[in-house]
Amino acid sequence: MRTQSLDQFCAWLEQTPLSQTIQTTAWIVPTVQTVHILAIAAVMGSVLMIDLRLLGILAREQSLARVSERFRPFIWWTLPILLATGMLMIIGEPVRSLENPIFQLKMALLIAAIAATLSYQIPLGRDRAFWEVTSSRRGVARVIAIVSLLLWVGIVFAGRWIAYFDNS
Amino acid sequence: MELDALLRSLEATSIATAIRENDFLFPWVESVHVLAITLVVGSIAIIDLRLLGLASLDRALTRLTANVLPCTWTAFAVAAISGALLFASNATGYAHNPYFQAKFIFLALAGVNMAVFHLIMTRDIVHWDIPPHTTPLKAKIAGAVSLIVWIGVVACGRWVGFTLHPTALAG
Repeated sequence: MRTQSLDQFCAWLEQTPLSQTIQTTAWIVPTVQTVHILAIAAVMGSVLMIDLRLLGILAREQSLARVSERFRPFIWWTLPILLATGMLMIIGEPVRSLENPIFQLKMALLIAAIAATLSYQIPLGRDRAFWEVTSSRRGVARVIAIVSLLLWVGIVFAGRWIAYFDNS
Repeated sequence: MELDALLRSLEATSIATAIRENDFLFPWVESVHVLAITLVVGSIAIIDLRLLGLASLDRALTRLTANVLPCTWTAFAVAAISGALLFASNATGYAHNPYFQAKFIFLALAGVNMAVFHLIMTRDIVHWDIPPHTTPLKAKIAGAVSLIVWIGVVACGRWVGFTLHPTALAG
C-alpha cells in the first residue's frame, strides 16, 4: 500500500528534528532495536508458556487460569515498550517502514495475534474453567494456541525481513 | 595466521557460499536465529525473575524450571545451529568484529553463571524452593547476573549487524 498522502507524510516525518537526530546519531537505532528485541523476547517467552499450556503439553497440574495470570502481564505490559521503540524506528526511517509491504504485513499479523490472545483471555476472565470443561472447548483452545504461535513467529520473521525489503 | 586460514576455509565451504550468495538464504537463517534468541532470552528471563523474587512467586522454582528449561535448551540449540551457519558465511568478518567477540564473552559468562548456580549454589534448594519461602541472596545474584549478560548478548548481537565489514547485507 502506497498512497500520495502517505508519501507526503513520510516526506514530512523525515524532515522533523527527531527523525534527523535518529538518522545522524549512530548509537540510537541499534539501542532502540536492542530494547525492541528484548521486549519481543519477553512476549515470546510468555506466549510460548501460555500456548504450551493451552495445548496441554506443559504445566497440566496447574490450571490454565493460573498460568495465564502469571504470564499475561508480560504480554500486555511490553506492548507499550514495543510501540514506543517501534515508533522511534518508524520516525528514523519512515519510507522504509510505513511504505514497506513487509511492515504492513507485520502490523496485520500483530492485530491478528492480539485478537487470538483476547479470544482465549476474555472467556477465561469470565469463567476460570472455561477452556477445560468440555473436550470440544479443549480442542478449540489447542487451535487458538497453534494459531497464536504461528502469528507471533510470523511477526518476528516479518520484523527481520523489513530490513531486506528495500523500497526507498 | 593459522586461525584466519581456518576461517577462510570455513567461508569456502559450499554451505557458507550458498548462504552468502543467495539473496534469500541469509535473511531466512537470520530470522530463525532471531526467533530462537527471543525464545532463549524470554524463557530464561522467566527463571531469572523467579530467582529475583519478582514474578511467578506462586510456583515452586523446581517445577517452573522443569517446564521452562527444556524450551530454553531447544531454542538455544536452534540459535547455535543457525548462528553457526551465519558465522560460516563470513567467518573472518565475524571473528574479527569486536561486538561479536563481546557477544561470546557474555555467552561464556552466562554459561559460567548457570554452571556455578547449578553445581554449587542449589544444594539447599529444598529449603527455599516452595513459596512462601523467599529466594536467598545467592539466587537473586544468579538471576540478576543472568538477566544482565543476556541483555549484553542481544545488544552485542544487534551491534554486529551495524558494524560488520564489508556489509553487503542489511543492518
